[in-house]
Amino acid sequence: MKLKLRIWRQKNAADKGQMVTYDIDDISEDASFLEMLDVLNERLALEGEEPIAFDHDCREGICGMCSLVINGQPHGPERNTTTCQLHMRKFKDGETIDVEPWRAKAFPVVKDLVVDRSAFDKVIAAGGYISAPTGTAPDAHATPVPKVDADKAFVAAECIGCGACVAACPNGSGTLFLSAKVAHLGLLPQGQPERDSRVLNMVQAHEDLDFGGCTNTGECTIACPKGIPQEFIGRMNRDWLSASGK
Amino acid sequence: MSDATEFYSSGEPIADTKAPAAAPVEERWTQRKFDVKLVNPANKRKKTVIIVGTGLAGGSAGATLGELGYKVIQFCFQDSPRRAHSIAAQGGINAAKNYRNDGDSVHRLFYDTVKGGDFRARESNVHRLAEISTQIIDQCVAQGVPFAREYGGLLDNRSFGGAQVSRTFYARGQTGQQLLLGAYQALMRQVDAGNVELHARHEMLDLIMHEGKARGVVVRDLMNGEIKSYTADVVILATGGYGNVYFLSTNAMGSNVTAAWRAHKHGAYFANPCYTQIHPTCIPVSGDHQSKLTLMSESLRNDGRVWVPKEAGDSRRPSDIPEDERDYYLERIYPAFGNLVPRDIASRAAKNVCDEGRGVGPGGLGVYLDFSDAIERLGRKAVEAKYDNLFQMYERITGENPYEQPMRIYPAVHYTMGGLWVDYDLESTVPGLFVLGEANFSDHGANRLGASALMQGLADGYFVIPQTVGEYLAKNPATAVPDATVQAAVDGVNAQVEKLLSIKGERTVDSYHRELGHIMWEYCGMERTDEGLRKAIGMIRALREDFWQNVTVPGSGDDLNQSLEKAGRVADFLELGELMCIDALHRTESCGGHFRAESQDEDGEAKRDDENFSYAAAWEWTGGDKPVLHKEDLVFEYVKPSTRSYK
Amino acid sequence: MAVTGALMVLFLIGHMVGNLKIFFGLEEFNGYAAWLRTIGEPALHHEWFLWIMRVGLVVVVVMHFGAAAELTARAKRARPVKYQHRPKVNGSYAARTMRWGGVIILLFIIWHILDLTVGVANPHGVHGEAYQNVVAGFAPDRWWVTIFYVVSMIMLGFHLRHGLVSAVQTLGAKNPKHDRTLNVVATGFAVLLSIGFLIVPISVTLGVVD
Ligand SMILES: Cc1cc2nc3c(=O)[nH]c(=O)nc-3n(C[C@H](O)[C@H](O)[C@H](O)COP(=O)(O)OP(=O)(O)OC[C@H]3O[C@@H](n4cnc5c(N)ncnc54)[C@H](O)[C@@H]3O)c2cc1C
Ligand code: HEM
Ligand code: HEM
Ligand code: SF4
Ligand code: F3S
Ligand code: FES
Repeated sequence: MKLKLRIWRQKNAADKGQMVTYDIDDISEDASFLEMLDVLNERLALEGEEPIAFDHDCREGICGMCSLVINGQPHGPERNTTTCQLHMRKFKDGETIDVEPWRAKAFPVVKDLVVDRSAFDKVIAAGGYISAPTGTAPDAHATPVPKVDADKAFVAAECIGCGACVAACPNGSGTLFLSAKVAHLGLLPQGQPERDSRVLNMVQAHEDLDFGGCTNTGECTIACPKGIPQEFIGRMNRDWLSASGK
Repeated sequence: MSDATEFYSSGEPIADTKAPAAAPVEERWTQRKFDVKLVNPANKRKKTVIIVGTGLAGGSAGATLGELGYKVIQFCFQDSPRRAHSIAAQGGINAAKNYRNDGDSVHRLFYDTVKGGDFRARESNVHRLAEISTQIIDQCVAQGVPFAREYGGLLDNRSFGGAQVSRTFYARGQTGQQLLLGAYQALMRQVDAGNVELHARHEMLDLIMHEGKARGVVVRDLMNGEIKSYTADVVILATGGYGNVYFLSTNAMGSNVTAAWRAHKHGAYFANPCYTQIHPTCIPVSGDHQSKLTLMSESLRNDGRVWVPKEAGDSRRPSDIPEDERDYYLERIYPAFGNLVPRDIASRAAKNVCDEGRGVGPGGLGVYLDFSDAIERLGRKAVEAKYDNLFQMYERITGENPYEQPMRIYPAVHYTMGGLWVDYDLESTVPGLFVLGEANFSDHGANRLGASALMQGLADGYFVIPQTVGEYLAKNPATAVPDATVQAAVDGVNAQVEKLLSIKGERTVDSYHRELGHIMWEYCGMERTDEGLRKAIGMIRALREDFWQNVTVPGSGDDLNQSLEKAGRVADFLELGELMCIDALHRTESCGGHFRAESQDEDGEAKRDDENFSYAAAWEWTGGDKPVLHKEDLVFEYVKPSTRSYK
Repeated sequence: MAVTGALMVLFLIGHMVGNLKIFFGLEEFNGYAAWLRTIGEPALHHEWFLWIMRVGLVVVVVMHFGAAAELTARAKRARPVKYQHRPKVNGSYAARTMRWGGVIILLFIIWHILDLTVGVANPHGVHGEAYQNVVAGFAPDRWWVTIFYVVSMIMLGFHLRHGLVSAVQTLGAKNPKHDRTLNVVATGFAVLLSIGFLIVPISVTLGVVD
């Protein structure tokens, strides 16, 4: 395949950055999107130019490290698929492809396509856990959990923390990510004692970290590679209202 | 067979002195916990612990040590601790809960693990692992890990290779993810409480030694290139496996040996480096662009049938090959176990048929895993219910629909049993340097059973290290590390960075990595020979020399520079690869993940040599000269070595 | 946001029902307008209820607008650098037009009050003669007023379509089991309300009411 790539290059956080055009040829349809960038980077390195920085690690769609907004869509055009799992056969020969980083105040660009997502860790640190000191746990069967709750909690827990929801949200909101964790822990009996403080603290942290507010536009769910449903946002709002009322 | 001592020399034997060997195996851990000295709570605050790695092993250790009151400083190279490669584990985690009432017990798990490891692991350690396994499940459930449950609300189990009982706990195909998130969340709680100081996107590049003890690390801040140093009372490495020495593996792109290797150069022995697990069901390579391999869960072999054409070079489409021209080779050779033979056997059989020219797909490196019988027998719905997510993943990657045409699979490097040598307390041969998880060599011998790496990582981090590190800290009051010592370590790292940047040669880092991978896969992969290994050692040496003359690392050292990160890792792989070949060369037996062509029986099955090789090989670095071999004799008091047979 | 939105919705329902009385002729409509001013009497003074409602509505609109402005400002802050490639709208169109739609509605309300309450923008513009005002306001030669109303009502429809579902979600009352019902109800309600309002100016312009 032959492609024209327009890629965001930005030397560092202070740099303004711009789109740079690269022509690339001989790309296999079986290559993944990131492998296509690898090929380009090999060429750039040999030409003495600096390769394009982008985040990635597992390349299996689970670590949440890869990002990239491809033609205006976080993780590209294929639904429920991370960038690392996206393959070139989804594009047309000769196509022009725009590649940009996640854009959000809370995720400042470090270099080129790499952003700093530590804000998500801070949201989790604010309450996205169950306090269970090591060694104090009762037998795992002490508390049965209804299968429906366990399954639903699992769906929420599938979030890979990639940040595509923020990138897609017109408000730059991380509410889907936030609500997924609130729902995961709030659905389990083990999560009940801290349910109120968790939602209050996490919502507060999310706001303090410069994420936008949610107006229920629903772009996040569609961009989410794990298809985390919007219903968790409603659930979180309910928890929040009830906790605020106490 | 020719002598391999031109490549290494022999040193003093080595032994674990920490396990209370006099006690019966099931009492050793209890005994040890009682024997270790405790650090009183007020003093814990004054003790600093460095942990490198935030996977299951490091994450659980950080959370627990922080909670106990130690001052923890923790690092990972990813942008968040939650992205450590443990996240990718699919299948499950073993525990001897016996919730099925099917005859499981701590002893049985112990037995299965020792046997699965082909009698090359230390009994004391494995028994402790089996004991702790049950506590792990309790701990994870309390943290909110959403394990699969049954309608009654109790935990579900599945069975896994190498066991006759159902003891594997799982969370759909994402067990590693869920366990890691549990540990990560617990860790973030400690970060919030101020007990853990976390540095993501920091890569450890050297160990700081003082008075013969590990006292700190030199790290590079990957965001801005700054080289920084941190000192502590003790250093813990939990940096994962080194499968990426093969370039293509199921590991994450960033998985590396750097932290362990640089510790090795300070005196930590590297044990059994050649024990590599090769997983039979991965998606084959599709072209030169290939950057990593994706595992397809082993469970597929429950319903898929493996075959290749009978004729070499048969390039017809699979549907055009009639039944009697297909060779269901696993069912043919291993009638008793059929498609369900253990990983190493399935992998080697695939390699053999491909070597005969009967492989399928691009480059002839693949075999079919066919579900048409299963679809006919069970109906498409049932197959969907079991495997749909895997089938979708396969289709996403290959563009082929496994409901309509057979999957193509090929073995790939998956796990490394070898690692830094540790004793019962998980302390390496460098005092004050502890090693956890896949980075150590401890529990899996020559072959790891499915679902036991997660168990080991969490056992090490949640339950073992919190007990044993106290013993060390109580007995080794730390003295201040002189500034000059720290500065020297920092200077060393700076020098390496500058060296790499200044070569400005003609070849990219990846091209070296790929070539090294080819050599390792060809000569130190599924089947190893005396001749091939010797050749490989020569090739690796030449390649390494060329690397230091001719590599090009664009960009500078003072900002984010992914080429530079890779260059450092590949430089270490180029040294490790040689040691792996030497280890493989010296071990002339076949065992577990190490198959020497010279050591097989008439049927082509692996032949262990207990008389000569019932030891763990711990290698000492000698500054680039011949490494020194220290043998740790393995004693089997409880599980008597026997031959595996799956016919 | 949700609470103020809901209050306005309540007002709109009442307002629409009142407006439809125009089809029963001049007396009934003007009588209704007059009655509006007497609600609460004798406990309240003449027109007090109306004034209380007006103040209440202004407060609600200001709060709603304020909250919208705050959210918008927060959104701007949260994404200081725009995408080069225009983000693809995958979600609903209604959701994406809440802000501009809201502004159009606000402009509409201002015009509308000048037109039919204060009367300065109305060719008839006589207090107490609501019927005549309406008929004059939407006279066929003032078709552009009608068009402006039509556009505004369509925006209002969109705003409500998303607003209703959104409010339910914001108040945490959304239950995924009833998602479809909720969507149907919201769409139905939005369409009904838009049509209910539009039918009046259109009828006048087409001469059905005169
Ligand atoms: C695809 C796949 C599937 C698997 N499935 C299973 C399964 O079903 N069951 C099972 O039991 N096991 C499974 N395994 C094996 C198991 O996942 C791993 O062995 C285990 O998770 C390793 O955990 P760890 O904590 O030791 O290391 P990792 O999780 O790899 O963590 C390493 C950590 O060290 C950090 N690090 C590394 N080097 C440096 C450095 N130089 N400086 C700073 N930080 C560094 C990394 O950032 C990371 O945080 C699977 C493995 C793979 C690859
Ligand atoms: C003054 C002009 C207006 C502006 C600028 C405006 C803007 C907005 C915005 C930005 C939202 C946010 C979307 C959200 O939170 O989901 C919203 C929600 C809403 N609006 Fe308006 N709007 C205006 C007028 C109105 C009117 C007149 C009504 C009612 C008839 C109304 C009803 C609603 C409702 C019900 C919601 C949903 C609230 C929620 O989700 O919490 N709005 N509006
Ligand atoms: C398109 C159809 C509409 C018609 C024909 C209409 C008609 C009228 C009339 C006749 C009045 C004057 C009542 C009186 O003075 O007694 C009025 C007042 C008012 N209308 Fe409408 N209206 C319409 C739509 C709307 C909409 C959509 C809104 C809000 C978004 C709205 C908000 C108001 C307000 C706030 C007043 C002022 C009430 C007061 O203070 O007395 N109207 N309308
Ligand atoms: S909710 Fe979805 S898009 Fe957002 S971080 Fe989680 S996985 Fe990524
Ligand atoms: S796209 Fe944004 S507005 Fe809410 S529903 Fe999703 S966070
Ligand atoms: S690289 Fe891990 S999810 Fe894409």
